[in-house]
Amino acid sequence: MGLDIRFPIGLMFTIFGFILSIYGLFTNSNTEMYAKSLSININLWMGVFMLIFGSIMFYFAMKKVLKQKI
Amino acid sequence: MGLKFELGWIDYAIMLIYFIFVLGIGWALKKYMKSASAFLEAGRSMPAWVAGLAFISTNLGALEVMGMTGSGAKYGMLTTHFYWIGAIPAMIFLALFMMPFYYGSKARSVPEYLKLRYDEKTRGLNAILFAVMTILASGISMYALALLMETVLGWNFHLSLMLSAVIVLGYTYLGGLSSAIYNEVLQFFIIVIGLLPIVFLSLKQVGGWSGLEHSLAPIVSAKGYAADTFTSTWKYTGAAKSNPLGVEWYGIAAGLGFVLSFGYWCTNFLIVQRAMAAESINAARKTPLIGAIPKMFIPFLIIVPGVVALVLMNDASTGFSIMVDGKANYDLTIIMLLKQYLPTGVLGLGITALLASFMSGMAGNVSAFNTVWTYDIYQSYIRPATGNKDADDKHYLKVGRLATIFGVVVSIAAAYLAGLFGNIMDFLQTIFSMINAPLFAVIFLGMFWKRTTGHAAFTGLLAGFLVALLHHGLTIPEGATTLVKGGWIGVVHTYPVEMAQNFWTAIFAFTTSASLTVILSLITKKIKSDDELIGLVYSMTPRSKVIVKEWYNRPVVLATIVGIICVILSIIFW
Repeated sequence: MGLDIRFPIGLMFTIFGFILSIYGLFTNSNTEMYAKSLSININLWMGVFMLIFGSIMFYFAMKKVLKQKI
Repeated sequence: MGLKFELGWIDYAIMLIYFIFVLGIGWALKKYMKSASAFLEAGRSMPAWVAGLAFISTNLGALEVMGMTGSGAKYGMLTTHFYWIGAIPAMIFLALFMMPFYYGSKARSVPEYLKLRYDEKTRGLNAILFAVMTILASGISMYALALLMETVLGWNFHLSLMLSAVIVLGYTYLGGLSSAIYNEVLQFFIIVIGLLPIVFLSLKQVGGWSGLEHSLAPIVSAKGYAADTFTSTWKYTGAAKSNPLGVEWYGIAAGLGFVLSFGYWCTNFLIVQRAMAAESINAARKTPLIGAIPKMFIPFLIIVPGVVALVLMNDASTGFSIMVDGKANYDLTIIMLLKQYLPTGVLGLGITALLASFMSGMAGNVSAFNTVWTYDIYQSYIRPATGNKDADDKHYLKVGRLATIFGVVVSIAAAYLAGLFGNIMDFLQTIFSMINAPLFAVIFLGMFWKRTTGHAAFTGLLAGFLVALLHHGLTIPEGATTLVKGGWIGVVHTYPVEMAQNFWTAIFAFTTSASLTVILSLITKKIKSDDELIGLVYSMTPRSKVIVKEWYNRPVVLATIVGIICVILSIIFW
């Protein structure tokens, strides 16, 4: 099947990572909100983590495509 | 504490994006669905890592996640027996010894293997039992999902049921098995990443692993067990009474480690189908082994937070509770953990992870059902009866698609029936043990003993199933009040817990089936000639001479690594 699953995985997690990082930055001063998560800005942490994970997936998928073109 | 979650727009946005991707994958695959084989077998084109992650993701359904987190709170780390001894040996055996025959025989399904190895009636019996079982399982998933959306998100139950059915139908109808497999890989990552924050936060709150052991001690002692029972796995299995599972080590090893797990991992078409969709025989053999690696670490993702939850529910200051109407509902453990720790944002991710695990359960069942329906029931019985034996491939593609719709519709009906049953996990397991244990006996004997005959296999399969039903009907777990739990014929024996009853049901079923099949094989005539058994039976099949260059691509090497990791984990958490 001509679909490299790393593309949708990479894309989706990059989007999720982007949204959560931005949201985490904007809500960083909201101590009440992060009382639940033991005063850790979990949105920012998970956002950055997903951004990295998504980009890696995407990078490997792209690498394969570029290799095939050459 | 109420059950309802306060969701923000960002949580809904994450959910929505996920659904768009799920359906998008189905849409992207639509153009490849030109033949029945592409639709129902994914064209046998999946890379090993994709098939391997799908293999494990199919099993990581929501019932599994919710049930196992609940079991973590109920039985502690003893629950890991379901992941280590109860899965890894069977997965290694499937990869090394059984996949060459499943894949190499060109059978398109497990029932079809039975037809090639034995005869039509054995296939028919298995196909029909399997079809009923998968639809039931899919219905239970759907029911649980709708119930969850109603209690947690405040959505209408019937609307939630229809919505989940439409999404699953959407992507399985569009892209068939490939779509189900690709989505399972996506689901695997979202489940792992979505539940990760709970693991960190819950462990952090109790002060890490040593803090957890420390806080557990008084709680576990109060239950009448040794203080470290809930953080050990084998240590207290010398006597059934000294551990919460209520089973001795040999019961765990024989019941869970052998009969239940080999029955489930080695014969359940839902699982085996993922490996059969791999691109080559070597990829097919690697599939269960690649899946085994994340499988060994999933306990840290779903069982450990459950164990922490036990500490939380015994500490009033945390405000954590799984009580509903004055009764502890262990299936809610994971939900309440999400609510306890996740602020809006990651909460959406956690909920999406749960929804994803529900969908992987349903889609897996639907995609296995439509294959068995099309090839083993329709093509074998219904089509010949209409007098038109040679239908073209396009016809079966259409039948496969219609079976997908039919499967989802019947699942919806089953979902409404599922509302009648209590502890979902245990009940499902009862059903599995009744069908899979005898099936494993029959397939195992067929693969490794060429003398096994079709009549013997059929009788063994049927007798094993009946003995399982009989055993379930005559025994009851302590304190059971409903007939669903057993004892519907009369009670001759009472087990301390339901788990013990399930183990022994499977052991009885397997023993009956295996011994009867052996005896009958010796006294019935062997119908299939030796030539007909090439590729189907171990002793009749020439060893393949394919040499895999890279050591890390060799199934035997991978299996050894998996085995060693599993032993190390068992020793660490002994």
